[in-house]
Amino acid sequence: MTGLTLKTEGDRHVVVTRRFAAPPEAVYRAHTEPKLIQKWMLGPAGWTMPVCVNEARPGGKIRYEWSNGKGGGFSLTGEFIELVPFSRIVHVERMHMPDATPDNHVETRFEPDGTGTLMTMRMTLPDANTRAAMLASGMEQGMEASYARLEGVI
Amino acid sequence: MPELDAAFSALADPTRRAILARLALGEATVMELARPFAMTQPAVSRHLKVLEGAGLIVRRAEGAKRPCRLAPAGIAEIDRWLTMLRAALAANYDRLDEVLAAMNRSKRKGKP
Repeated sequence: MTGLTLKTEGDRHVVVTRRFAAPPEAVYRAHTEPKLIQKWMLGPAGWTMPVCVNEARPGGKIRYEWSNGKGGGFSLTGEFIELVPFSRIVHVERMHMPDATPDNHVETRFEPDGTGTLMTMRMTLPDANTRAAMLASGMEQGMEASYARLEGVI
Repeated sequence: MPELDAAFSALADPTRRAILARLALGEATVMELARPFAMTQPAVSRHLKVLEGAGLIVRRAEGAKRPCRLAPAGIAEIDRWLTMLRAALAANYDRLDEVLAAMNRSKRKGKP
């Protein structure tokens, strides 16, 4: 089950879609239960998430801290706005690197798709420049992952 | 390709990669580029000179503004990065597939 899509939409949006073999309830739980989140939301190989706070209720806090085990790390904080169990999560988030990035408003939908789930994550950034900067920093992470693999090869 | 070394050297800097990412969304002036990166215009201009010298961007003569845009080689690089960003996200979701499969197994085991 792959087929990730990542697209920009208009000036301020980024839309990611992905299909999963499991039903919406399981995918929703994997996005809201810290013990499950810590198993997959990790980024490049070698990174872990030692701190995972996810208070899945309106107004609840989000705090994720990642570490590469070599003194490197960054964090993300946010707040939940709306949750419809197993079908929809609306929250805001920002990265701290260490300065906080502008708020990213994220709506995540989990829709039944056969026996599985279609997830659609729609991010809304304050403006086109912020979106460009976010995509650029994401690229940095992607680059880091491939550099890390390259180091392994060399 | 004589510019290849210069291109690799220009791409070694994260700010210059971020400037290219911004230009992937369209033409921009030095002032527009300086804003999201919290940099002075002269600092951005120095980076642009390096990118221009490496053949990654081209600049249009339009009064003092001289808007920048990606050269085709720069566009190819940005495409490559977006592919890597997709790959990083894809790695997360591949792990999620495994987590979901494990949840399903333990649920089945729990049934009488």
